[in-house]
Amino acid sequence: MSSVFVYCEIEDGQVADVSQELLTKGRTLANELKCKLEAIAIGSKLDKVGDQIIPYGVDTLYIADDERLFPYQTLPHTSIVVNLFKEQKPQIALMGASSIGRDLGPRVSSALHSGLTADCTSLVIGDHYDKKQDKNYENLLYQIRPAFGGNIIATIINPDCRPQMATVREGVMKKEILDPKYKGKVVKLDVAKYVNDEDFVVEIIERHMEKSKVNVKGAPIVVAGGYGVGSKENFKLLYDLAEVLGGEVGASRAAVDSGLAGHERQIGQTGITVRPKLYIACGISGQIQHRAGMEESAQIIAINTDPEAPINAIADYVITGDVAEVIPKMIKYYKKNSK
Amino acid sequence: MKAYNIIVLAKQVPDTRNVGKDAMKADGTINRAVLPAIFNPEDLNALEQALRIKDQFPESKINILTMGPGRAADIIREGLYRGADGGILLTDRAFAGSDTLATSYAIGQALKKMGKIDMIIAGRQAIDGDTAQVGPQVAEKLGMLQITYVEEVLEVTDKTVTVKRRLENGVETAKCPMPLVMTVNGSAPDCRARNAKRIMKFKKARTVTELQKENEDYTALYNEHPDLMIQEWTVNDIETDASQLGLTGSPTKVKTVENVVLQAKDSKVISAADDEIEAMMVELIKSHTIG
Repeated sequence: MSSVFVYCEIEDGQVADVSQELLTKGRTLANELKCKLEAIAIGSKLDKVGDQIIPYGVDTLYIADDERLFPYQTLPHTSIVVNLFKEQKPQIALMGASSIGRDLGPRVSSALHSGLTADCTSLVIGDHYDKKQDKNYENLLYQIRPAFGGNIIATIINPDCRPQMATVREGVMKKEILDPKYKGKVVKLDVAKYVNDEDFVVEIIERHMEKSKVNVKGAPIVVAGGYGVGSKENFKLLYDLAEVLGGEVGASRAAVDSGLAGHERQIGQTGITVRPKLYIACGISGQIQHRAGMEESAQIIAINTDPEAPINAIADYVITGDVAEVIPKMIKYYKKNSK
Repeated sequence: MKAYNIIVLAKQVPDTRNVGKDAMKADGTINRAVLPAIFNPEDLNALEQALRIKDQFPESKINILTMGPGRAADIIREGLYRGADGGILLTDRAFAGSDTLATSYAIGQALKKMGKIDMIIAGRQAIDGDTAQVGPQVAEKLGMLQITYVEEVLEVTDKTVTVKRRLENGVETAKCPMPLVMTVNGSAPDCRARNAKRIMKFKKARTVTELQKENEDYTALYNEHPDLMIQEWTVNDIETDASQLGLTGSPTKVKTVENVVLQAKDSKVISAADDEIEAMMVELIKSHTIG
């Protein structure tokens, strides 16, 4: 039975969170399919990544280690992944919906003529009956994602081409080590057999990576603003509330697109996924793409002038009112009662 | 003076950012007719980068390639108003139902007919699908290098392009050989506005199909102004393998589409009155949710 495969992103010798999350999901899918979980790490000085990756239940980890393979470049990484997939013929391949995975995934899928679904919010194994061909497909990967402005949820399948490829954003799946002593093998690839010298055509002149200073994902309380907040002045109120409560400020895509907040704060399918103990949605209508990034919050407060806003349906407290009026009162009564 | 042949890939998309209540029909399907069709926002960022290269190397040529229904000719007119030299509309029922891979195949085959290309510039992704796949897949189909997440073209020399890439955790400056496919982020500069003189000049630009519909005879005009002819290519104008087109050529299939149904929680509905807000804050403090 061919395997479930995860492409692991490595930065500074550390496996990216999104890859760890996919390894966890990959193990679950592999168990269900009764197949192996395999992974590939491509980069430079990868001696220690095995200790980070195998405990997720990885049966075989392939390593392509060459100083030219870090930082990521499209052509060499594609070449290694494509050639390895041609050999190993995985049935499923997962990548992060990151700037690396979204660069690599489509290129690999085109080279192998296999379908790829971007930004999945759920991955499930299921069957499919094709009426036209009167053919039953067993154990396909259902690649589930919101589409069309979040008005629909589509289940995409890949009946005939392999691997079935999907990208998933960081934070959507949960990461969990299976067994710190898991026995998996490490296979070091002979890089020269998988990639040509001519593939190294891009010269990376400068590279400046930093962990985002904004940590919306880890905040216990998120005060998020949407287009309905209306102005930058009103948005400042959200920062005030977040500071008083010890939280962070998030934003909907509409707020980010209209310049009210930075991209690093965007919550939702195409942003980050958060699970705080309290989510305060201010002036957010709550399209499904936004909800995909916050609906697992323990408690939700929705502040909206529109009593019919979709977000209200999943809120624990619905406050029908103006953000500019409600937030100062929340600050006032928090200060009054918290001591 | 050096000149470059630049193709901008652009898509006409429904404006999913402003989906109103009437956008969904009672049966759960999308009512496309009520959604305004717009120039995909990041494709405008891509066009601006192309125009900046043309500003620097005025002999360069910018052509827009778009695939879609007949009305997508609007995209090419919009490009002409803003400074593009011309465009091609790739339109055929044979392309209907294409996933990203079948789309990339069709676009790739069209590009192969467009002569020697130095740069193909596209938006990072389209707002109706957000997949960011077509740019890289077109590059693969053409065997070209791709450089994604471009925020700024810093330098163009004889054989190389140096770009600044905006990645989720940082920035990268990369020097890349031509030819190449670039995809441009929304964080790149906005596209310049339409030029009034160009609107006057190109508002009559039409595809042959549009002319036939309007029952107008622009033959004389086109003989005089061939630049007002928007080229229209069907599947017969490009070399294709039918098994790679449309639904048949799409490895991914949509199994089900569900309308979004909200499962209502038991919500407490309160007003902005002081006593109600205070009662809520007290509850949250007592339950140790805050404080």
